[in-house]
Amino acid sequence: MTTPLLSLQGLTKAYPGVVANDQVSFDIGEGEVHALLGENGAGKSTLVKMIYGLVKPDSGTMLLRGQNFAPPEPRAARSDGIAMVFQHFSLFDALNVAENIALGMENPPPMGDLASRIREVSETYGLPLDPYRTVGDLSAGERQRVEIIRCLLQDPKLLIMDEPTSVLTPQEVNILFETLNKLRSEGTSILYISHKLEEIRTLCDHATILRLGKNVGECIPAETSARDMAEMMVGSTLQTPERSGRDFGEVALDVSGLSVPSPSEFGTALRNVHLTVRKGEVLGIGGVAGNGQDELLGVLSGEIQTPADAIKFNGQAIGMLGPTARRKIGVLTAPEERLGHAAAPDMSLTENALLTGSVREGLESSGFLKWNETKQFAEKIIDAFDVRTPGPENAARSLSGGNLQKFVIGREVLQNPDVLVVNQPTWGVDAAAAASIRQAILDLAAKGTAVVCISQDLDELMEISDSFAALNEGRLSAPREATGLTVDEIGLMMGGAHGMEVAHV
Amino acid sequence: MIVLEKRPQPSKAWSYATPLVAVVATMVFGGLLFAILGKNPIEAIGTIFWEPLFGEFAFYYRPQLLVKGAPLVLIAIGLSLGFRAGIWNIGAEGQYIMGTIFGAGAGLAFYPMEAWFIFPIMIFAGAFGGWLWATIPAFLKVRFGTNEILVSLMLVYVAEQFLASVSLGLLKNPEGFGFPGSRNLQSYESAHNAELIAGSGMHWGVVAAFIAVIFSYVLLNRHMLGFHIRLTGEAPRAAKFAGVNPARLILFCLGLSGALAGLAGMFEVSGPSGVVSIDFNVGYGFTAIIVAFLGRLHPVGILLAGGLMALTYIGGEIAQSQLGLPAAAIQVFQGMLLFFLLAFDLLTNYRIRAARSEVA
Repeated sequence: MTTPLLSLQGLTKAYPGVVANDQVSFDIGEGEVHALLGENGAGKSTLVKMIYGLVKPDSGTMLLRGQNFAPPEPRAARSDGIAMVFQHFSLFDALNVAENIALGMENPPPMGDLASRIREVSETYGLPLDPYRTVGDLSAGERQRVEIIRCLLQDPKLLIMDEPTSVLTPQEVNILFETLNKLRSEGTSILYISHKLEEIRTLCDHATILRLGKNVGECIPAETSARDMAEMMVGSTLQTPERSGRDFGEVALDVSGLSVPSPSEFGTALRNVHLTVRKGEVLGIGGVAGNGQDELLGVLSGEIQTPADAIKFNGQAIGMLGPTARRKIGVLTAPEERLGHAAAPDMSLTENALLTGSVREGLESSGFLKWNETKQFAEKIIDAFDVRTPGPENAARSLSGGNLQKFVIGREVLQNPDVLVVNQPTWGVDAAAAASIRQAILDLAAKGTAVVCISQDLDELMEISDSFAALNEGRLSAPREATGLTVDEIGLMMGGAHGMEVAHV
Repeated sequence: MIVLEKRPQPSKAWSYATPLVAVVATMVFGGLLFAILGKNPIEAIGTIFWEPLFGEFAFYYRPQLLVKGAPLVLIAIGLSLGFRAGIWNIGAEGQYIMGTIFGAGAGLAFYPMEAWFIFPIMIFAGAFGGWLWATIPAFLKVRFGTNEILVSLMLVYVAEQFLASVSLGLLKNPEGFGFPGSRNLQSYESAHNAELIAGSGMHWGVVAAFIAVIFSYVLLNRHMLGFHIRLTGEAPRAAKFAGVNPARLILFCLGLSGALAGLAGMFEVSGPSGVVSIDFNVGYGFTAIIVAFLGRLHPVGILLAGGLMALTYIGGEIAQSQLGLPAAAIQVFQGMLLFFLLAFDLLTNYRIRAARSEVA
């Protein structure tokens, strides 16, 4: 048997209160695309941080081509040929591509040489990129290319990619896969982290599945069904949300000709957005992150005010109303960012229940707070949505992401909204919690609520949406019926390949 | 090696214990300081903390505690509301001065008329003066996004110039033989903020301070506005999502803290001090910042902290006169208190742990 490129043996890493990795062992062969599969919180990130030298294991060893490998810091890992593309990019918006890449280098060559090398690499691997463009103007897919090229310039033996497709349209995903295939054919190994099963089945040679920090199985993805992999990942049988066919009522939410300038320098302006949602309908809004999702939520929640006529609720112009007034009439929202936006991290769950619940749940009378009722409301959310916490007096930040998300969504759902707008309702949430959140959204729609679900998870949108539209650079595509939409069509609605080309293999 | 580890949620026990630990640490290191200065540390600490309360002349010093503590508490309560919301009014000293000028000015305008309504008018004018002065940074912040820390602080020095000007001009006592300073309000009955019980130190300012404590407690714990104040301080974006109007909150918090500081100035000039003079202000507005933090921005805590601060003031004066400690040493001592408080504060959110053999 040949020596694997990288061999992990019994890696263990514990943080206070949680064992992130427990005796994890597996091998990555030369020229292999190896998938690391697992739910959020399964320990994938900790594991790759150990390989990349960001975190030191408590015990266990790593062998790189048979040699002991224990990088004390990322620089050491890089010099041994490990490169990593992070899920969140570390780029400076105000600098151009070449400058950004130079910043990450130990001894950057003169700018002209670097630019021509960037061109060379980008053409070889089908990642066209102008070295002199300002990063602030690039799309998410293009930014990812900057990160990939930054890695490729080091000529890596192992390229680690953390959830690379979460910021890409389906077309861009295909292009990325061509690039990765080319790298594989040249002998580069790739450790590919994802929880998207279909991708792994098309791309990867081998998969290791993590659950709660343990290696729970390996498989050849092409020979294993997505469902089997999912069940290994989750450890139980998956419940797919149920939806019943239903008729839609009158239009509840009507947005027309809405244009809003960007609230911050590198935010996204909304341009001439039209959308209507009927009672009982779920409108799914897809799109790559940073194309106006936060702004759209802000506009619908009342945090960003607009001309009154641009947004109508049951025919009433509400563009000028603030968040409290909108809650009063039944327009509720749940933003993406749990800590700091949807909830105050250091405040108790009771106080966080008050945050949006005060108006509709009658938790105040002439300004004075009814703490008993508020506590009951918090307990009701905790019970109804199976939020795992010792009690409502605990701080929001003490909850895991999934539990807090259930609380945040539950808080709005239990207020019986007429319109509910959610942004990334299951982001960073384990599969079981995600399924229960989706079910709650569908149940709400079945009772006649008009739902807008903004998400970057296309599978999620296809699962719950009746109609689908996509945001691209602040523009919303015309909504279409969700059933029968193909992945290609969705990709085109999301802006297609943003001018990217397939690698010339 | 020792590492700091973030607690899953703030420790309640430590948030109550840190002020006490800070006081003890201040005593230890303050004692050390006094020892280096060649004084007996136990005697010095004893003089500062014991003498005013239980010493031979405690009958004189105890009322002084109320007199010194009341303005500190009154101002600190106002400041704490803003601090809770992340609105930093550093210029309470200036608002205190303006309250003094407006309050005393309103009273003196009626001189020598005697009427029951003069004192209420003065109260209103004093609060108005402080409110007006604090609304300047509030308005500039809301309208132009200026930094309220700088603007409110700068306005302290402007207010001091006003104080000098009126002491020498507008409010100068016509029967004062040319000396700067106003008529003595203590000898103008309708405008005199007299002790409510003779010899107790209890004047209307003390009453106002207690009312402010209760008001602030109810506001923060039982009222939507107080909840919004806390929410804004904890998570501004969540506050906006909850429907808080940041501009209105800024105007409210700065305005209220200014009004309370103005009241403190007005009660001081019409009572214990009596005279508007160039050196009228003695730093209550700045010390109140320490009081607010020492009291954990909590109304009851501020009440206790105000008492403690007043104690170190009075005890410090006694130590100066009896033991010959330099005034600067007393100020260092008071500064230590805030320093240790902020340092130990870390323990509410973090725990100290001996690290295992790892480099994370």
